[in-house]
Amino acid sequence: MNNFDAFVSLVGNATVETLVMVALSTVFSLALGFPLGIVLCVTDPAGIAPKPVLNQVISRIVNVLRSFPFIILMILLFPLSRIIVGTSIGTVATIVPLSIAAAPFVARIIESALKEVDPGVVQAARAMGSRNSQIIFKVMLPEALPALVSGVTLTVINLIGYSAMAGAIGGGGLGDLAIRYGYQRFRSDIMIAAVVIILILVEAIQFVGTRLSNRLIARR
Amino acid sequence: MIRLERLSRTYKTLTAVDSVSLEIPSNTIYGIIGKSGAGKSTLVRLISLLEKPDSGEVWYGSDRVDSLAFDDLIARRRRIGMIFQNFNLFSSRTAAGNIAYPLEISGVQKKEITGRVEELLAIVGLEGRGDAPISTLSGGQKQRVAIARALAVQPDILFCDEATSALDPQTTRSILELLKKLQREMNLSIVMITHQMEVVRDACDFVAVLDNGKVVEQGAVTDIFANPQTAVTRDFLSHLNPMDGLRDAAPAAKSAAAESAGATAAGDLVRWSKEGGAYTLRFRGNLTGEPVLSRLSRLFNIEFNIRAGGVQDVHGTAVGTLIVDLVGEGDEVRKALAHLEAEGIIVEENK
Repeated sequence: MNNFDAFVSLVGNATVETLVMVALSTVFSLALGFPLGIVLCVTDPAGIAPKPVLNQVISRIVNVLRSFPFIILMILLFPLSRIIVGTSIGTVATIVPLSIAAAPFVARIIESALKEVDPGVVQAARAMGSRNSQIIFKVMLPEALPALVSGVTLTVINLIGYSAMAGAIGGGGLGDLAIRYGYQRFRSDIMIAAVVIILILVEAIQFVGTRLSNRLIARR
Repeated sequence: MIRLERLSRTYKTLTAVDSVSLEIPSNTIYGIIGKSGAGKSTLVRLISLLEKPDSGEVWYGSDRVDSLAFDDLIARRRRIGMIFQNFNLFSSRTAAGNIAYPLEISGVQKKEITGRVEELLAIVGLEGRGDAPISTLSGGQKQRVAIARALAVQPDILFCDEATSALDPQTTRSILELLKKLQREMNLSIVMITHQMEVVRDACDFVAVLDNGKVVEQGAVTDIFANPQTAVTRDFLSHLNPMDGLRDAAPAAKSAAAESAGATAAGDLVRWSKEGGAYTLRFRGNLTGEPVLSRLSRLFNIEFNIRAGGVQDVHGTAVGTLIVDLVGEGDEVRKALAHLEAEGIIVEENK
C-alpha cells in the first residue's frame, strides 16, 4: 500500500466514524431531549400546563448536565456505556456520552423554540377547545418548526465538536485522527485534512439547515 | 342568554373584575366598553371560559359553566367562537388550514372539512383565497379568516376581543358590517369587547361600561348615547366625532358642515366658540328635528348661545348634543331648563 492510499484510508475511515457518531448521537439526543424540551415549555409557570415543581426539578438536572465539561462526563459515563453497549471504548461506546451530553442542550433549544410561539395563538387554540396534546402537536410544534430546524442544526454542529473529543476514549473519528497522527506523530498533512473535512461538514450542515429553515419561513 | 353573577377575579393585589353582574341577551350584539386596565380583557376571559373566576357564576342559558369538569370545559369551548385584536392565526397553516383547525380537533372527517371550509371562505368574502399563506393577507382579510375559523364549529356565542382595534376605520366598518350580517343570519350572540365608542355606536344593540373592574352603566345603546349617567360614559362619548355618524347618510352635508364649522382633528363636537357652554343638552329621535331652543326663548324670557353641537346616527336613531349658554332674568333660566326636561331633553350642567 503506498503512502497516498494509506492517507486516504485513514482519513476516510475517520470521516465515516465521525459521521456515524454524529448521526447516531443526534438521533438519540433528540429522542431524549425533544420530549424534555416539550415538558420544560409546557410545565413552565407560564406554560399551558403549569407544574412548577416538576419544571424546577427537570430544569436543575438539565443545568447540572450542561455545566459538566464533556471530557469529564465521558469518563463518568463509562459504567453506563458498558451497561448499554457492552463496552466503554470505541466509536459505538462514545455515542452514549455524546447523546447524554447533547440531550440537555437539545432540551433547552426545543424549550426556547417553543416559547417563541405567539402566546396569543396558543390562547386562540385553547379558546377553540384544543386539548393540551393538540396544542403541542397541532399548534406549537408546527408554529415553531423553522426555529426547531435551526436548533437541530446547531445540535448537529455541536456534536461534531464533541465527537472530536471522543478520541480521548478511543472513539475514533476525525478529532482522534488529528490528535494521534497530526499532533503526536507530526503529520501536518493529516492534521490539515482532518480540520478541513470538519470545516466542510460544519459548513454543509449549516448551509442545509439554514436553507431548510428559510424555505419553511418563506412558505408562510 | 349569558348571565354573570357577582363575578370577581383578583391578581395578587389587583382586583381586575369586581363583582360584575350582567345579563347578555341572546341574538344581540352586546358591547363591553372600558379603557385599558378597566378589566375588560379579564372579563372576556372569564365569560369565554379561558379563566376561572375567584368567585361568582357564569351561566349560558340554564347551564352553569364557570366550574365545568375538564372534558365538559373542552366540549363547551368547542361551541364558542372567539376573535382577537391580533387575529392570532396559525402562521404555519394557510387560510383554509386555519379555518379547518377547529373542525380537525373535534374529529370532523377530512372530506367534510374541505366542503365546509369552502362555504366558510365564501361567507366571509374570501372565495378562492383558501391556499393563501397568512402573511400574504391584509389585516381585514386576516380578521375575516379569523371570523371564518371562529364560526367553523357553528357556535352560538362569538366573542370579539378588541377585534377591530388593529384595523383602519374603513376596514373596521366593513368587519363590523360583516359581523352584523352574520349575527342576523346565524342567530349568534356576539359579545364585543372594545375601547372604541364608534364600535359600540355602529354595531352594538346593548352596552355595558366597565371602569375599575365594575360595571358602572349598562343598557340599550340608544339610551346610553342619549342619556349617559356617569362621567366615564360621558368621557367616552366626548371622544366621538359626531360627524362620523353622518358619513353614510349625507356625505355632502357632512363635509360642508365640517368646513363651515371649522371642525378640527380634535374630533369632539363641532365647536363654534371656545368659551362658555354652561349646559349640555342631549336629545334624540324626533326632538332632533324640533326648533327646541328658539321655541324656548319665546316661551321664557331668555337668550341662548350655542357653543357646540352635533347629531349622530345610532342604529337609525338620531342622537343630538348641544352645548349652550342660557342667559335670563331671575328664575327664567331655571324654568326654561325644567321645561326642557319635561320635553324629554336631558340637561347636564357643566362645571
